[in-house]
This record gives sequence, C-alpha cells and structure tokens, in this order.
Amino acid sequence: MNSMERVLTTLGHKEPDRVPLFLLANMHGAKELGLSLRDYYASAGNVIDGEMRLLEKFGSDCAYPFFYASLEIEAWGGDTIFSADGPPLCGPPVIRRPEDIDSLRPPEVESSPALRRVLDTIAGLKQRLDGRVPIIAVAISPFSLPVMQMGFDRYIELMHEQPDRFLKLMQTNEEFTVNWANAQLAAGATAICYFDPVSSTTNIPRDLYLATGQQVAKRALARIKGPTATHMASGRCLPILGDIADTGTAVVGVSILEDLARLKAAAAGRVTLLGNLNGIEMRRWTPADAELAVKRAIAAAGPGGGFILSDNHGEIPFQVADETLLAIREAVDRWGRYPLDWVQDWTDPGPT
Amino acid sequence: MGGVPMNSQSLSDLITPFRESLESLDRIRAESLFAEALSRVSPIAAVEQLIVPALEQMGNAWHEGSVALSQVYMGGRFCEELVERVLPPSDPDRKHQPRSAIVLLNDYHMLGKRIVYSVMRASGFELFDYGRMDVDELVERALADRIRVLLVSVLMLPSALKVADVCSQLKARGSDIKVAVGGAPFLFDGELWREVGADGMGRSAGDAVTIVDAWMREMA
Repeated sequence: MNSMERVLTTLGHKEPDRVPLFLLANMHGAKELGLSLRDYYASAGNVIDGEMRLLEKFGSDCAYPFFYASLEIEAWGGDTIFSADGPPLCGPPVIRRPEDIDSLRPPEVESSPALRRVLDTIAGLKQRLDGRVPIIAVAISPFSLPVMQMGFDRYIELMHEQPDRFLKLMQTNEEFTVNWANAQLAAGATAICYFDPVSSTTNIPRDLYLATGQQVAKRALARIKGPTATHMASGRCLPILGDIADTGTAVVGVSILEDLARLKAAAAGRVTLLGNLNGIEMRRWTPADAELAVKRAIAAAGPGGGFILSDNHGEIPFQVADETLLAIREAVDRWGRYPLDWVQDWTDPGPT
Repeated sequence: MGGVPMNSQSLSDLITPFRESLESLDRIRAESLFAEALSRVSPIAAVEQLIVPALEQMGNAWHEGSVALSQVYMGGRFCEELVERVLPPSDPDRKHQPRSAIVLLNDYHMLGKRIVYSVMRASGFELFDYGRMDVDELVERALADRIRVLLVSVLMLPSALKVADVCSQLKARGSDIKVAVGGAPFLFDGELWREVGADGMGRSAGDAVTIVDAWMREMA
C-alpha cells in the first residue's frame, strides 16, 4: 500500500498493511535545509523542499504544509514573532477592545502574502506527490482563533459576558476559516486539520462546548469542501468525543492526558483517532523510550484500524532529535504491521 | 455569635456548595455563601477556610480533567473580587509573606499567569505582577525588587527551557530566590522543572498557593 491507500483504509475503520504514521515535525524542514525558521517559512520553495526531504528521511504517511499558527493572524493584520528554537508566536492582539469586533471584517485569502505562500506550497507538493501521499493542511477553527486575535483571558470573558459580540466574532471568523480551508483544498490539500483546542474539555465544560464550539464546528465543517480532522492540540476530549463526531469530522486528534484505549472504545468506529505520543517528553526519549511509547499507543488503539499514530499536539517540538524520530519510524515498522498478533499477549512493562 | 470565638466555627459545610457555585458561574449563590461565611468567622478566616480550599479543589479537579480552565479562570476572578471587598490590599490581615512576584516568561499567552495571580490574591497573597518579560529583564527586576519567591508561567516549550537561564543567572548573582514554575510543558513532562533548575512546580493554581505557603513557613 502507498500512504494514501494506508490512510484511507484506516479511515474506513479497516486494517491496512500497517498503522499509518503522521510524523508532524514540520519545523524540522528548516533544519534539513540549514535555514532559520524565519527564512525557511519565507518561501514556498523552501517548505516544499523541506517537506520532501522529511518524507524521504522519516517516511511519514502525510505531507504537512503547516507553517505556524500565527500565519493566519498575519492575514488579519497581526504580527508574528520568530525565535531561533521554537514555533513562531503571535504578536500583540489584533482585537484590542471588544468593541473592535463590531467593525471586524474577514480578510481575503488572496490578499495575504503569507496565506498565498501556503497555497503555493500545497500546489507544489501536490505536483510532486501525485496523490500517493495525503497532504494535510491546517485551518484554525473560528472558535479557537480568538485566543490569538484577542488573548485567551479576554476571549473567555467575551464568551461569558458579551454573547452578542461573541456571535458576531464567530460569524466573521467562520467566513474566513471556511474560505481559507477551501482555498487550501482547491490548491491540492487532501484534507483539513481543523485545530480547535478551545473546544477541549481542558478549556471549556461540555455544556458550553455544545452551545458554542460544537455549533460553530457544525456550521463551518458543513461548508468546507473536503474531509476534516479535528485536533484538540493536547487538550482532553473523552467526554465530548461523540459530540465532536456529530460535527461531521472524520478524525480527532487526542491527548496523552487521556487513556487511548478508552478513547478508542468511545470513538466506536465513528471517528478515527490521531495521536497521542507525548511531544514534550519526546525531547529526552531514548530509542527504547520511543519504541515503548509506540507499542503502547498501537496496542491501545491499533486493532481494527481507525487509528493514525502521531504526536498529541499536532506539532513536534523543534528540539526533538532526528534519532528519536527515526526510532519512532522504526518502531512503527516493527510493531505496526497488521495483523497486530503481538498485542494480545503483550504486557506493558510500566514506567521506564 | 453567642459567645463562641469568631474563628472556631467550621466552614466545611459551605466549601462544596461554594465551589459548585463558582463552577456553574452562579455569582448570586457564591455571594450568598460567602456572606454566610462572613456571618460566622472573620474575613481572613472566610478567605482561608472557604475560598482557598474551594479554589484548591477546583485546581485539582482541572488537573484530573473534571473542571475546565474557563471555570477556573472565571471562578478565580470572582473570588479575587470578593477578597478585594473584605480585605483591601493594605489590610493588616493580609498574609505576612515573602516578597513575591509572578511573570509570564518569554511567551505571549497570559491566561495561566492571570489565573494563578487571581487565585493567589483570592487566597490573601499580595504579589508583584511583572506581566511578560524575557530572561535578562526578569533577572534584573527580581533582584532590584529583592524578590524572595518568583512564580514563572509559560505555555511553550522553548520558554520553559529558558527558565534554566533565569535560575542560573540568579544563582550566578548570588541570589537565593526560590523559583516555582507552571504551565503546559511542565504538565506534559514531569521531570522538566528539575531539569531547568526550578525549586518547585505547580500543576494547578491551587498548587501555587500550597508551594508559597510552604516556602513562607521555611523562610519565617
């Protein structure tokens, strides 16, 4: 099977030849080219070359033309702050006072140089990969975007204290997110990873999710013209897994903070799980640690398909060594081959 | 009070309903329960015996996954208001505490720091809020202010790793400032706080109160 066939099979809740691996080490492309993150992301050509080298080196089952989250904020008029050793961060809020929401307008995708670079990257990858490897593009959910637009604390206050302005912000953001996601699909993306960490039960209670984030997701996903994966970016979601499935998403990115076997049972064939290796701990993993973590995840969620092995955040830290990524790759090759006969007799050795 | 000493009455029957009122954002009920506490004990005792344990329980519940960050934030903010009303900053009943400060290191994600700041103040502590700083600025300011306890909040892994620079610079300058850290990277890697040279790590805002309380006794 090629990567596309492998992923489509597991999305159909059937067992492919092996567990698919989404190794979302997008920043490592800059290392491959010997560039700073700022220079790397300044050109679509760099990211295309970087992604191709990462695919060659680590054998991930997807290309991941995700630059950095605050790139979307650049389209809204905000700034990005680059650093040498980690993901670029969002600058000062573009919504400085709640009243700013009243006159906020969604930016045009085509008028943003940053967004156009991503579209060019997707188009270039599409040309090179020719449908063999899925291209997973990213759109921040309209419901989670305000964390960068106005700050998380002010956003929580807005949700609770100014419901009308909250709705206005959601309408504005939905227009942008839907257009941005559809532009990436039109450029050649296979699917959209809909990052929605605010909806996680780590951040808001279920009743608030049902009244807010879920409604937004239902409306937005219905207008996105392709498959979506909803990612909680390390947040918990077990109590709302069925509710997330109700939004029409095909995949849910899950956290190491929750039991993967329980998540798999709760998914009940409705959604495929994506996760849940601990990217923060990964920085100091030995090859043996990597192998054990891979075995644990596959044993918990691999049987029957409906599972893609990945990190639990949707972005592997820049500090994680190539040797660790290669150890993950090798462990998947060794323990991820279907049928997973070893799982039944395997006993977890416990903490290393 | 029928001759019963003001602070000898237990408020334990009020803690669970008070916590539940905070979690459901029921301000009217929370105010009423706090008023009930004030009718039984002194303001400082009401803070220590009702607000502190309720916020601590909420913090633990967040860590275990049964309460959300939005509830902790809104609850902490409301408690801060309640404490402001009964214990103004200059109130002599405010805790005699080491000079303390809280800072967001390097990042731009303020929520964690704001929650800890609210919970600390709602628990009767006064502390400097340094906002967002980078390593050099923080070291200079903490030394200039003669800080004894420094609470460092981060969200991103690179910022967490920069705590090592803060700790080593403070030590190189002969400072004995105790540093407690908190934030997502420390929750996902339980060894990281030791690696960066911190003296303690809080898993929730309630932990910050416990840590500073313990250090306060050590320093007394």
